[in-house]
Amino acid sequence: MSNRKYSKDHEWVTVEGDVGTVGISDHAQEQLGDVVYVEVPEAGAAIEKGGQVATIESVKAASEIYSPVSGEVVEGNAALADEPGTVNSDPHGDGWFYKIKLANTAELDELMDEEAYKTYLDGLD
Amino acid sequence: MTEQETGTKTTPLNALHRELGGRMVPFAGYDMPVQFPAGIMKEHLHTREAAGLFDVSHMGQVRLRGAAAAEAMERLVPVDVVELEPGKQRYALFTNESGGILDDLMITNAGDHLFVVVNAACKDQDIAHMRAHLGAEVTLEVLEDRALLALQGPRAAAVLARLAPEVANLLFMTGSDVEIDGAVCFVTRSGYTGEDGFEISVPAARAEALAKRLLAEPEVAPIGLGARDSLRLEAGLCLYGHDIDTTTTPLEGALAWALSKTRRADGARPGGYPGAEVLFGQFANGVTRRRVGLRPEGRAPVREGAELVDSQGRRIGQVTSGGFGPSVGGPVAMGYVEKEHAKPGTAVQAMVRGKPLAVTVTKMPFVEQRYYRG
Repeated sequence: MSNRKYSKDHEWVTVEGDVGTVGISDHAQEQLGDVVYVEVPEAGAAIEKGGQVATIESVKAASEIYSPVSGEVVEGNAALADEPGTVNSDPHGDGWFYKIKLANTAELDELMDEEAYKTYLDGLD
Repeated sequence: MTEQETGTKTTPLNALHRELGGRMVPFAGYDMPVQFPAGIMKEHLHTREAAGLFDVSHMGQVRLRGAAAAEAMERLVPVDVVELEPGKQRYALFTNESGGILDDLMITNAGDHLFVVVNAACKDQDIAHMRAHLGAEVTLEVLEDRALLALQGPRAAAVLARLAPEVANLLFMTGSDVEIDGAVCFVTRSGYTGEDGFEISVPAARAEALAKRLLAEPEVAPIGLGARDSLRLEAGLCLYGHDIDTTTTPLEGALAWALSKTRRADGARPGGYPGAEVLFGQFANGVTRRRVGLRPEGRAPVREGAELVDSQGRRIGQVTSGGFGPSVGGPVAMGYVEKEHAKPGTAVQAMVRGKPLAVTVTKMPFVEQRYYRG
């Protein structure tokens, strides 16, 4: 159903036109546990693929989020500041992190589709 | 305790942890559950609202026997052990020659012996330390064949009393032999959460059955090491190797209350333990830094290792434990600051990912302690 693509670091991106929406996978939120704080990038930030773009904190630890694509941030999800738990309850929906104007759509081809990501996860166990 | 091929040790509850869906991690050489499917947040809140069951069998349990055991132990800790009454438990610290802390421990006068519990990560070193210094007339027995369960929370007493009514008579920091579900256990009314509760030393062969029996009670849920850490942090309790270690003295660590009056310079049995002169000097002249509670503004947790600076950006200390406090509903931390900044209410800053965050020095605990004192 979706054109959702995944990175090996467990970020996802969906694309509409030339704007991608980025979040973390259900697997990632489950591994992190209860999310208590999220720091998302601000509009205008220039991001490199693989660059550190956001921070997510669970009760136990802080983790860095790496951008699966390059581009310029259009919007950070401000709602996560007050409701960080949305990342746990709706990681593929309202728990998105930021929207980004893609600099290079060819980067999407280097990411995994739903099925390839599932196979990748099975290989991690 | 058995060793797997990896060298990682397991507790008698290892199979049960896996059966309960525990997420297993290596901790102090043991394969331990960091959390169960409920997750750290729910486990933490459940413990504060009802009762949580913790496996702390990785900790070291030791019996000291001999008429001179208490006197000998006083050579290692700045604490009154000789006058510790039968059935009473006391918090203690092994000190080194510079007044630093080798480990923190619990000592209970069990009548015909002293029952000692030490930290998992330090236990080999603690046992060697005791063997080296307690002398030939004290017999040291490491209780390898016993598990240690902690039942903590406001419903813990009601739950345990269903299995053993006499535990209702135990007060905070006391202990006794109690038969639970057919097993003779040594039970103390103490713990590491700030809540009322018990630590139950049970024969290894009976540990799983007892854990299952307790988990069958509606108020009890299994709790992992993650929530154990957030609970003790909110309670303002030190984690050895983080908040206290060989480079911090009990006075710097805000643990002067644990140094018995009798063992101080003007006490009846002053000194006679490692580092006594250093501690006497700090009692007389004060310390230059002190462990304090820290309350960060906003929601971002401030974690271990974060540097603390004053309003001019000058380094004044460091965070030693920090995270999110589920019961507080926000970030909490503790750390060391120069004494000029140690007063509650003082505004300082913590450097987090290169940015200063506003933090207020705060009295601990962060949550009300609910120990049962009768």
